Amino acid sequence: MRAECDLAVIGAGPAGVAGALSACLAGLDVVLIDAATRPGGQYFRHLPRGFGADGQAVLHHGLDRFLRQWEALVERATVLLGHRVWAVERAGGQASGPGDGALVVRCVEGDRDERPRTVVARGLLIATGAHDRPLPFPGWDLPGVLTAGGAQALLKGDLVVAGHRVVVAGTGPFLLPVAAGLAAAGADVRGVYEANSRFGLARHPLLAAGRAAEALGYGARLARHRVPYRGRHAVVEAHGGDALTHVTVAKLDADWRPLATRTVECDTLAYGYGFVPQLELPVQLGCRTRRDLDGTPVVAVDAGMRTSVPGVYAAGETTGVGGAVLAEAEGRIAGRAAAADLGRRVPPLPALSRRAGRLGAFARALLEAYPIRPGWQRWLRGDTLICRCEEVPLSAVRKARELGASDARAVKLLARPGMGWCQGRMCAHAVACLAGEDPAAPRRPIAQPIRLGTLAALTDPPKEG
Amino acid sequence: MRPRGEARGRRPYDLVRAAPEPEFEISVDGVAVPVVPGQSIGAALYGAGVRSWRTTRVGGRPRGLFCGIGVCFDCLVTVNDSPSLRACLTEARPGDRVSTGGAVRATGELQDEGSGA
Repeated sequence: MRAECDLAVIGAGPAGVAGALSACLAGLDVVLIDAATRPGGQYFRHLPRGFGADGQAVLHHGLDRFLRQWEALVERATVLLGHRVWAVERAGGQASGPGDGALVVRCVEGDRDERPRTVVARGLLIATGAHDRPLPFPGWDLPGVLTAGGAQALLKGDLVVAGHRVVVAGTGPFLLPVAAGLAAAGADVRGVYEANSRFGLARHPLLAAGRAAEALGYGARLARHRVPYRGRHAVVEAHGGDALTHVTVAKLDADWRPLATRTVECDTLAYGYGFVPQLELPVQLGCRTRRDLDGTPVVAVDAGMRTSVPGVYAAGETTGVGGAVLAEAEGRIAGRAAAADLGRRVPPLPALSRRAGRLGAFARALLEAYPIRPGWQRWLRGDTLICRCEEVPLSAVRKARELGASDARAVKLLARPGMGWCQGRMCAHAVACLAGEDPAAPRRPIAQPIRLGTLAALTDPPKEG
Repeated sequence: MRPRGEARGRRPYDLVRAAPEPEFEISVDGVAVPVVPGQSIGAALYGAGVRSWRTTRVGGRPRGLFCGIGVCFDCLVTVNDSPSLRACLTEARPGDRVSTGGAVRATGELQDEGSGA
């Protein structure tokens, strides 16, 4: 199969756009692919033109910079928006060295009718980002309970304020911009409940690395809206008939075991306990993964963001959750490495590597400051759903364990958590914890939903007789 | 039609200095829902105060948006006879007929108008 471009980049977030642009500037012919109809990924999700909004930078850090990169990119690269990548493979099987076997990226175009499109490239940069990591707790399936990223997406991408009276909960500094954005947009934010210590970030010496202003800026904004920010607190139950009416907030000990509880009335809960990198595509290609400091599987890369598979690069959250600024730096490194590996002259840029190193150290400090503690399992009851799709309660998971299921895979086979529509994206972390292991890298041969008819139409019909 | 500004407050629109194009309507289980051009079906429903629209197979429980970014599949709808689309990812188009297969449960504005559940 002949390559139609030098480098295919999957993901139009900060890593993918920076990587694609760097590769273009180094002389590569680049195709950038993203499922969404607007660039930005999750972090730089922004409003459609129909809003005529010229002041949305207030909801962002660095949106203008990102959009300038985007404008520079669309002049130089082929951009395929609205294209979902459901599989990647090496033409003719695995390569043994650089330059072997083109990389085949299989997409479907369109959000309702599907038109197949295949991109064949000499190299591939995977920048597919991450999604929220929710933890199950009683009532997490009630309407009005959203992931923090979901609430943020509604505001940044559709200018919809998720609710009138909102509670924000979970762990990590991401909760702060979510709460500040909602408060600025008119929501009555009843509180931000951080399960770890509120000062996990502030105590770390690396705070001097320049994120202090950002963190403190959010703190000041929350204070202005009189939003309480409590450490060692979590939402341990959501209540309501057909929709959320109030939550139980617990003070936690250091292991997240509830100490004392109280009730907070709200119509919306936005919560999240960190992020899960989206690794379907690198796993399909056989890229080696490693465990990040919190046990999360991420793609293993070298200093040039090269994965273990020749010609395949990864950048951004797929290589370890670290935020948009690090993702951009990693994307640039990956794009330059891809160009160098294809024989382009790429002058060394040690300052960029040093910058990525500093930002990476800060990201690791954050992972250490905002871990998930085992006490969350005490928030669960027998009837608490663990798997939302297949409606598997904790009691069914426990029964599978009693029947001898000793790992997450056996629990899945016996009790069905992770076998529904989302394919374990929402519950795999929890199921792994309940089975006493770290979550495994996802094996999903089909990374995005595709209709069987579309799939069938891709194969040649069997010959008669 | 209910002017969006009155129902949700101008605050988010003022915050980003929005001057939106005229809204259009989609029909969700026969109920008219206003949309700013470019919004997803899920966001339009949420903006109109509709919190859930699907009913689960086992427990018969209401579901709507959860992850909001196309990962959880809680928000599935049928649009113009095209089934199993994620409402949070599917951009609304004028005249779309959305059916949910569940009970559309409204809180807030739509219910106040007597046009919700």
